[in-house]
Amino acid sequence: MVLANAVEPKQSSSPLLEVSNLTKIFGSGKDQVVAVDEISFEIQPGEILSLLGESGSGKTTTARMLLRLSAPTQGEIFFEGQDVNAVKSVDYWKRVQAIFQDPFSSFNSFYSVHSFLGKAFRLTNNHNSAADKRARMEEAMEKVGLNAEELLFKRPHELSGGQRQRLMLARALLIGPDLLIADEPTSMIDASSRVGILNMLMDLSRQHGMSIMFITHDIGLAYYTSERLLIMNEGKIVEEGTAEQVVEHPTHPYTKRLLDDVPRLRRKWDI
Amino acid sequence: MGEVITLLFRSRRFIIGAALFTLVLAFGVIGPRVTSKDPFLMAGGLFDPPSEGSMLGTDNLGRDVFTQLMYGTGTSLLIGFVAGIVATVIGVAIGTLAGFKGGVIDELLMGVTNILITIPSIVVLILLSVAVKGRSATTMGVIIGVTAWPWTARAVRAQTSSLKTREHVDLARISGYSTVELIVKEIMPYMFSYIFMAFILQFSGGITNEATLSMLGLGPYQTVSLGVMLHWALLWESVRTGAWWAFIPPVLFLAVTSFSLMLINAGMDEVFNPRLRKS
Repeated sequence: MVLANAVEPKQSSSPLLEVSNLTKIFGSGKDQVVAVDEISFEIQPGEILSLLGESGSGKTTTARMLLRLSAPTQGEIFFEGQDVNAVKSVDYWKRVQAIFQDPFSSFNSFYSVHSFLGKAFRLTNNHNSAADKRARMEEAMEKVGLNAEELLFKRPHELSGGQRQRLMLARALLIGPDLLIADEPTSMIDASSRVGILNMLMDLSRQHGMSIMFITHDIGLAYYTSERLLIMNEGKIVEEGTAEQVVEHPTHPYTKRLLDDVPRLRRKWDI
Repeated sequence: MGEVITLLFRSRRFIIGAALFTLVLAFGVIGPRVTSKDPFLMAGGLFDPPSEGSMLGTDNLGRDVFTQLMYGTGTSLLIGFVAGIVATVIGVAIGTLAGFKGGVIDELLMGVTNILITIPSIVVLILLSVAVKGRSATTMGVIIGVTAWPWTARAVRAQTSSLKTREHVDLARISGYSTVELIVKEIMPYMFSYIFMAFILQFSGGITNEATLSMLGLGPYQTVSLGVMLHWALLWESVRTGAWWAFIPPVLFLAVTSFSLMLINAGMDEVFNPRLRKS
């Protein structure tokens, strides 16, 4: 419906992020593993897309390189046309943020929710008072559907997986990035919280014009959320296209296999 | 923190170790402040056996052994403590940096560490002690500490390189944390119990090393430590003359101190290592 139209006009504008021939090789000699093999793609401003692949396909390595947590062996990443190596990493992280897959290991169990969210202010040049920061934290928590009054001073072990995942989202909201990289954002939470979190992410993308890149193995999630899909296999992007295109007329054998593995995927959910 | 202490006091080993150590500590720290006797002053004849006036008799120069024992225990504890702190600080700094940074820095730091491990530390200790003029108890602690850190560094490195892959470390990094902040705020809290246990072992090792060095005559100047007492006993042949009171008490105190620290360490291990915890 809206999605098909949404992709077209954005093609003309300049991409938010551009990846060219990105490669990551681990080890050397006999033990050499090519985790990511010369991949290239673009992310448009405000676009939601998914990088799909099974475990070991190199998608998390790609995400880590996009987040500048790991240096590429080869290739370039351009953010708004500028080589990211020329951008100070702190400035880059103000614009590109992440939600990680494991809501349990993403929290340092020694710190409260308050200090977890407080970290976000390091990136926003916020020299405001503690009261103001607190108000912003509470606002962000309300936005993701959490009761701030009840949770702000809790420790991670007192929170559920869904609450933690929402807190990560609240953290991203406080930073307000232009691109959010969501690595399996719903893998560790139960089905009932899942759709809620995805909808929330998509709403936020619409409201703030934030691009989201889902990194996932779940083609259902990708199809539900994304305008465009990138299929990754053995370090290479083997297929790329709009969600409908890829799901309905897959061309690469790997994509076909991926789709066959999905138990039931008849029609797009109404969104 | 409160929970941890409650847990610790559930371990019998920890309780016994802590009680023993407290006794030794009180003896070595409070003792010298209460007594009016001077450990260097002649109080009797040569190798006077224990009597009412002096509980543990006198040494080769007629000095009171019991008073020496109090002062000596204090000095030995101080040296062990300083050595433990120095070794733990260096070991943790090098270990966390190597483990966290990886790559060339890791290879370099661990290369140095492994070379130091292969050199028998007693040789380095003797050379360093001979080279340093005017050794005080604190200097000795430092000398012992600088030679003892490699094992701590290796253990801490292994822990760090496993802890650094956690996602909260990545999350802190993309929040703009510096390397030092990441190590101190995101990694060290998870190693705190481990570091503390390593410190206890280094503390105990420091006391033993002091005894070894001092017995060889490389101990602190113008102070009495448990090792220095053994040195005197050795030099003046108290064993051959049958003056057991000059060498048995310091040996016993060394053993008890090390034993209590080992018990504390084992007790902590029991509490912090779930695999050893009894249900």
